[in-house]
Amino acid sequence: MSDLWKLTAHEAHEGLRRREFTSVELTESVLERVAEVEPTINAYITLTAELALEQAREADAKFAAGTATPLTGIPVGVKDLIVTRGVRTTAGSKMLENFIPPFDSHVYENLRRAGAVMIGKCNMDEFAMGSSTEHSAYGPTRNPWNPDLVPGGSSGGSAAAVAAGECLVSLGSDTGGSIRQPAALCGQVGLDPTYGRVSRYGIIAFGSSLDQVGPIGRDVEDVATMLDCIGGHDPRDSTTNPEPMPDLRHYLGRDIRGMRVGVPKEYFISGMEPGVAARIEEALAVLASLGAIVDRDVSLPSTEHALAVYYIIAPSEASANLARYDGVKYGFSDRAAPSLWENIEQTRARGFGNEVKRRIMLGTYALSAGYYDAYYLKAQKVRTVISREFAEAFSRYDVLVTPTSPTVAFPLGAKVDDPFAMYLNDIYTLPASVAGLPAVSVPCGFSDGLPVGMQIIGNFFDEGRILQVAHAYEQASGFRNLLAPLSAR
Amino acid sequence: MALTRDDVLHIARLARIALDEDEVERFRAQLSGILDHFEALAAVETEGIEPTAHPLPLANVMRDDEVQPSLPRDEALANAPLTEDGYLRVRAVLE
Repeated sequence: MSDLWKLTAHEAHEGLRRREFTSVELTESVLERVAEVEPTINAYITLTAELALEQAREADAKFAAGTATPLTGIPVGVKDLIVTRGVRTTAGSKMLENFIPPFDSHVYENLRRAGAVMIGKCNMDEFAMGSSTEHSAYGPTRNPWNPDLVPGGSSGGSAAAVAAGECLVSLGSDTGGSIRQPAALCGQVGLDPTYGRVSRYGIIAFGSSLDQVGPIGRDVEDVATMLDCIGGHDPRDSTTNPEPMPDLRHYLGRDIRGMRVGVPKEYFISGMEPGVAARIEEALAVLASLGAIVDRDVSLPSTEHALAVYYIIAPSEASANLARYDGVKYGFSDRAAPSLWENIEQTRARGFGNEVKRRIMLGTYALSAGYYDAYYLKAQKVRTVISREFAEAFSRYDVLVTPTSPTVAFPLGAKVDDPFAMYLNDIYTLPASVAGLPAVSVPCGFSDGLPVGMQIIGNFFDEGRILQVAHAYEQASGFRNLLAPLSAR
Repeated sequence: MALTRDDVLHIARLARIALDEDEVERFRAQLSGILDHFEALAAVETEGIEPTAHPLPLANVMRDDEVQPSLPRDEALANAPLTEDGYLRVRAVLE
C-alpha cells in the first residue's frame, strides 16, 4: 500500500502537477486506507468508492489537458448534511435513511467543478445536533487518536476522516462549534467562516441564522484552498455576501509583527483542563515571539450568556426547520395509524433520535405562547449585547485568541445521558457563532497524548487575517499534518 | 423552571411528536434542568436593545423574478413514501 494518503492536499497537488503519481493512484491509496481503518473509526455513513475512481479519472484528464486547479484530483470527505445529487444524504438521521437528493448543494457543485474526488459522506450527530458524533443513527465515530474516545461533533466524521487519512481534506458544518471543536479534538485545522461567506443552498438546515459550511484539513493552507473553492456569492442564498472574496492564499506566509491579539479573560475559567490551559499559554508565547502584541487585559463580559442564547435560538430555529419531516414528501414514514396527524406524530417519534426530539421540544417551548418574550426574544436581545462586545473588541484588536474546547477528547458514553454536560463542550465556540464571526481552530500541542486546539476569532469577513495568524503560528510551532498513529485492528 | 407532565404533553403536541410514558418523564426532567440554566438571562440588562434575528445587516435582498425550469415531477416525487397518479398520497385531512 502506498503512502500517498499521508499527503496534505497542497503536497498532493504538487505531486499530481509534476506527474509523480495520478489521481487514480492517490484515490486508490486513500480507499485502501479507508478499508484498513474504517471498521475502527466509522467516519463515513456512505462510501462512494466507484464515484471517486470515476472522478479521479476525470481529474487525471484535466491534468493532461492543463485545466487542473488546486483541488483537482484531491480526495475529500463531505459531511452528510451537504446534499449530493444521486448520492444518499442522511444528515445522520433515520428520517433520511433512503433520501437520494435530486440536486446538488452549492458547495458540492463547486467541489465538482474544481475536479475534487469524493470518497464518501461523513458521519455526524443527527441533524448536526451534538458535540460527540454519538447522536448518529449510524453508530458513533471514534477518535483516531484513541478509539475509546469521541472525535467531537457534530462534524466528527469529517474531522476523524482527515486525522485518520481517510481523505485529505473535508467539509463540515458549524452552527455552534461543530467544525472547530471536532477539529480540535482530532488535531486538525477547522474553519467556521463568517455567516454569509458560504452559500447554504443545499445544506440540510438546523439553525438558519447560525449554520455555515467550512473546511477541515491537516494544515492551514489546505483549509484556505478549500474556502477559496466553496466561498463567495450565490444568488440562491440571499444571505451570502455579494462582495468578491479576497484571495485567501495571499495572506499565508505574511509575518504578524505588530498584529494586535486580544485574549479575553472570560475564556479562562475553572472548568478548563490544566493541560489545555498550558498549551494555550505556550501558543500565546509563540505568537508574542513572532512579534504579535498580545494583550491579556480584554473583557467580553457577556461571554457566559452565549450558551443560553445559543441553546434557545438554535433549537427554536430547528423546531421550525425540522417541521418539514412529516413523512409525506420524502423520508421515513409511518402510516400504520388511521389518521393523518397520528401518521405524522408516529413518523416523527420513530424517525428522530432523542437529542433531536429534545431540541425540537426545547425550541417549540421557547417559541410558544407565553414564553416567547422570556426566552426567544430575550435571547435575541442578549445576542445583540454579545455582538456589540465583539464589535468593541475588534476596534482595538485584529484577532481574538481563546482555547477551542475546555477539554481534550472524552470517552464515549461519558456525557451522552447528560444533555447539559454535552452542551458545555461548546462554551468557547458558541460566542463567535452567535455573533456570526469567522473563527479557526488550529492544533497547538497535546495534553496526555491528545490534541489541543487554539481558536482564533476574526472580524466579519476577515478570514484572511485569522488564516494569516494561524499560518504564522503553524509554521513556527510545527503543529501541522498531525496524522493519528492509528493501526488496523 | 419545573415543567409539568401536562406542559410536556402540550409541547409534544405542538411539535407533533408522539411520546411514550418513559419519554414524557425523561423530557420533563431534562428540559426542566436545561431551562434552569437559562434563568440567568433574565438578569441581563436589555432595556432599549434591539433583538438580533440575523448577524448581518441585510434586509429584503431582491433578485430578478425570472422563470426557470423546475424539478421534473418524477424526480420531485422519487423520494416520496407514497404516491398516486403523480401526486403525494396522504390520509384524509378533513374527515
